[in-house]
Amino acid sequence: MTGTTLLAIIGMGVATYLTRLSGFYLLRGLNLSGPMKAALDALPPAVLMAVIAPMILATGLAETIAAAITAVAAFFRLPLAVTIVVGIVSVVALRAILN
Amino acid sequence: MNSRRRDFVTGFAAVAPVVVAYIPIGLLWGTLAASKGLSPLEALLMSVVVFAGSAQFVAVDMWHDPVPVLLLTLTALIVNVRHVLMSASLSRHIDAIPRALHPIVAYFLTDESWALAERRALQEPLTLAFYLGVSLPLAATWWIATGVGAMLGRALGDPSAIGLDFAFSAMFIAILMGFWKGPSTAGVLAMSGAVAAGTYLAFDGPWYIVTGGIAGALYAYSTWRRGAEA
Repeated sequence: MTGTTLLAIIGMGVATYLTRLSGFYLLRGLNLSGPMKAALDALPPAVLMAVIAPMILATGLAETIAAAITAVAAFFRLPLAVTIVVGIVSVVALRAILN
Repeated sequence: MNSRRRDFVTGFAAVAPVVVAYIPIGLLWGTLAASKGLSPLEALLMSVVVFAGSAQFVAVDMWHDPVPVLLLTLTALIVNVRHVLMSASLSRHIDAIPRALHPIVAYFLTDESWALAERRALQEPLTLAFYLGVSLPLAATWWIATGVGAMLGRALGDPSAIGLDFAFSAMFIAILMGFWKGPSTAGVLAMSGAVAAGTYLAFDGPWYIVTGGIAGALYAYSTWRRGAEA
């Protein structure tokens, strides 16, 4: 195991743990409201969207269409594992057809 | 003692379907981690130390040599910032749990354990036994499935050959749907997606996650109107 791998794991672990612990103490007695609350509410979907943007917007037509099919599966509240399988099958089929 | 055991079993029963769903997701993550060169021991260590599915998927997606330590840490912070709100909300319901044990409650906080704990708190005081009945099976399943997946991973070869590279995106699309709150969300996603894709095309490295995430949050901040919350 390299030192940088270990450092990355520790860094991620500390960062993650702080997000889980901080709400117990930091926000005690505070009232998050207004635009600040709106920004914090928007951060998780914004980050998730940012994560997938290169794959679904800037890779190819097969990936973009497969993303739309996956979104439809998720819209119908299929279980997470099933939705992922739908996405994988879609992208494999579309790559075979379009490439 | 009896009531503790009953609470633990009640929590275990509530979480059982989620535990089943964790197995293929954990195997998948281990496989992807191995494809990026992480050893089974490193994958298992990350699952124990970080214990955060979406952050781990993002980390493995970004993983390259040399390992971008600071960027991975910052990204884990941003991906998991939702936990601040969850733990803040849960803090109203943990009075029955000794304060000294709150750091343990925090370690096991996931989207799934949080949701089940909040639902339990609607009915009766949240006990440590119920919370651990939910959390320990989830954690053990995640550790084992990711470790086994990493051991299998090297034998599976190039994940993109069977579309596994798309599994990241498919999972996040599914999670993303849970954040949908109406038209305001569409604006956030459009802003985030456009800025992230532009950053991805213009700059090397995974900074697109940071720029897209911040752009989406700034959009929500700047378009907020009193009384307009969905």
